[in-house]
Amino acid sequence: MEKFTTLKSVAAPLPLPNIDTDVIIPSREMKGTGKTGLSVGMFANWRYSDPIKRVENPDFILNKAPYRAAKILIGGKNFGCGSSREHAVWAMSEYGFRAVLAPSFGAIFYGNCVRNGILPVVLSEDLITALAEKTAADPAKNQIEIDLPRQTVSVADGTPYVFTIPRADKDMLVEGLDSVDLTLRRGGEIEAFERADHNVRPWAYATPASSN
Amino acid sequence: MTGQTLIEKLWKLHTVADLGGGAALLYIDRIFLHERTGSVSLKELAARNIPVRHKEHVFVTMDHIVDTLPGRGDDTLMPSGKDFILTTRAAALAAGVNLFDIKDPRQGIVHVVSAEQGITLPGFTQVCPDSHSCTLGALGAFAWGIGSTQGTHALATKTLEVAKPKMMRVTFTGKLGPGVTSKDMILHLIGKYSASGGSGYAIEFAGPGITSLPQENRFTICNMAVEFGAFTGIIAPDETTFAWIEGRPYAPAGALWDQAVAHWRTLNSDADAVFDQEIVIDCADISPTVTWGTSPGQTSPIAGEVPDPAATADDAVRKAAEKALQYMDLTPGMKLEGLPITAAFIGSCTNARLSDLQAAAAVVKGRHVKAGVRAIVVPGSTKVKRDAEAEGLDRIFTDAGFEWREAGCSMCFFAGGESFGEKERVISSTNRNFENRQGPKTRTHLASPATVAASAIAGAIADARKLG
Ligand code: SF4
Repeated sequence: MEKFTTLKSVAAPLPLPNIDTDVIIPSREMKGTGKTGLSVGMFANWRYSDPIKRVENPDFILNKAPYRAAKILIGGKNFGCGSSREHAVWAMSEYGFRAVLAPSFGAIFYGNCVRNGILPVVLSEDLITALAEKTAADPAKNQIEIDLPRQTVSVADGTPYVFTIPRADKDMLVEGLDSVDLTLRRGGEIEAFERADHNVRPWAYATPASSN
Repeated sequence: MTGQTLIEKLWKLHTVADLGGGAALLYIDRIFLHERTGSVSLKELAARNIPVRHKEHVFVTMDHIVDTLPGRGDDTLMPSGKDFILTTRAAALAAGVNLFDIKDPRQGIVHVVSAEQGITLPGFTQVCPDSHSCTLGALGAFAWGIGSTQGTHALATKTLEVAKPKMMRVTFTGKLGPGVTSKDMILHLIGKYSASGGSGYAIEFAGPGITSLPQENRFTICNMAVEFGAFTGIIAPDETTFAWIEGRPYAPAGALWDQAVAHWRTLNSDADAVFDQEIVIDCADISPTVTWGTSPGQTSPIAGEVPDPAATADDAVRKAAEKALQYMDLTPGMKLEGLPITAAFIGSCTNARLSDLQAAAAVVKGRHVKAGVRAIVVPGSTKVKRDAEAEGLDRIFTDAGFEWREAGCSMCFFAGGESFGEKERVISSTNRNFENRQGPKTRTHLASPATVAASAIAGAIADARKLG
């Protein structure tokens, strides 16, 4: 996984509440059983006036010149709610996004982000509105700077705002760690847990008697 | 020491290691996968040469992409859908996990079959790369949806790293009026507090409005916890729950059953437990509820009107409402009751259990679907289908002009194959009214099975209570 330390980029404001993962990657765009080839379908129903023929909708934010290079997205409340499809994050990552700023996130989407090198930043609603307005006023000049080790977000010579992030998530992003490998090293602890738990909840470990 | 909430008790029971900052490595009792998102997890594990830990606790079913047309096989209406089925089957067989394949009598929607087979039990932790895993909270399980990468982690280690959610209790007091259902309860809650009202919380649903519900209706409430933005939902298991589970194929039996029930009786929030937030709703305030927009929080009592976004102070909320009305082709002030529909869908993990089909059949019996309306019933599982047929429900539906399908997710979501069609207006017993959810440009109104049935008959959104 690509490490995340600092990032400076144009940010694309899309501050509507409840942008769901069906919007980020419509079902129709999930054609294969893999993780790649998804970016072209990202936001397909909003990004294209004809999603089948891929005719661009000039009004959609990511189709406007300064925002095409955006690596940061500013979203609204409950961003990434809905379906658990990790394809939403794979599509955004393949497209080039490295961070999403929003007042709150769908929990599964948040977890998917940190496991794919995308930083989800929770900021107050007022701050999100202010950042969205500032970036819209002059996207190229008012680029957003993120410093994950210091947990700050700032815009063009403004004050840095501090954000919080669970420690395990931060470590995973900063170090680019793979959590499966990390947890496999705890095999001994898992076994010890199972042994003790087996005495308390034997039915949880029983192989069902049913002949199914 | 103050008391603990039910979730806190389950958190403690499953903690393998404390990761600091409120996070923990939690033991996962059961893992479910389906053909849409599950093969990625299994394939990744195989590619890295890591075995599944406790493969007997992993279950795979075919529900999302598989056709629901009679006589179905591996071929699907969705282009490339067959790849998903074949890849998942091969990965499941190679890994040696349990597979409920297309022709298996245990096949069905993942969140329906895990309960009806007795696989999910009170107090279990359970995950699936599917957001509606929270449905199983209705059995007193701590269950939530994950991504495919977390799926790989759970399969490899039988654990997951989880940040502890905040605790919320939603208490339903009083009594529901006649003809008002658990679907209306949850739609009412989300409508009142918005689709992000539960964001960051694990929610315990409690109170006489919950404990008086039959087990099957409780699933509907927990199913939509995620539509409230919550991490998950849960209901303390009680005698209703235990009676519902007893005798199911994977449920413990004999002495193990008694031991399990004794443990399950301890699974509830202490009287002095402190929740970070409490919401109280009087059941008497709830009417049959339908959605008018593209978020499950955009609801109205059935007798109500499409609201005027201009009356909303919050800028972002107003813009979202305007966008929704444009998509739904509605204008402020329009009455919902009487709004013509072109399709009716009874199905999904929210409302396609036997009791849901019974409720819909009771409305439909002896009547006929309005000409021009396409009406479909898709049982939640093959078992539900067979049980319904044994009662003759299939005949009631087909006589009335409904299609009677094989079990699966079907048109709860548009997979890329079958859809209701552009601009069709669908009344649906499902859980998501998102843009394009049931097909490109399809307009979805969420409602209870009874409301869907009554609307199919009337050809317009209709109140089942008035059919008499
Ligand atoms: S029925 Fe619908 S909501 Fe439920 S699992 Fe299937 S697609 Fe998801």
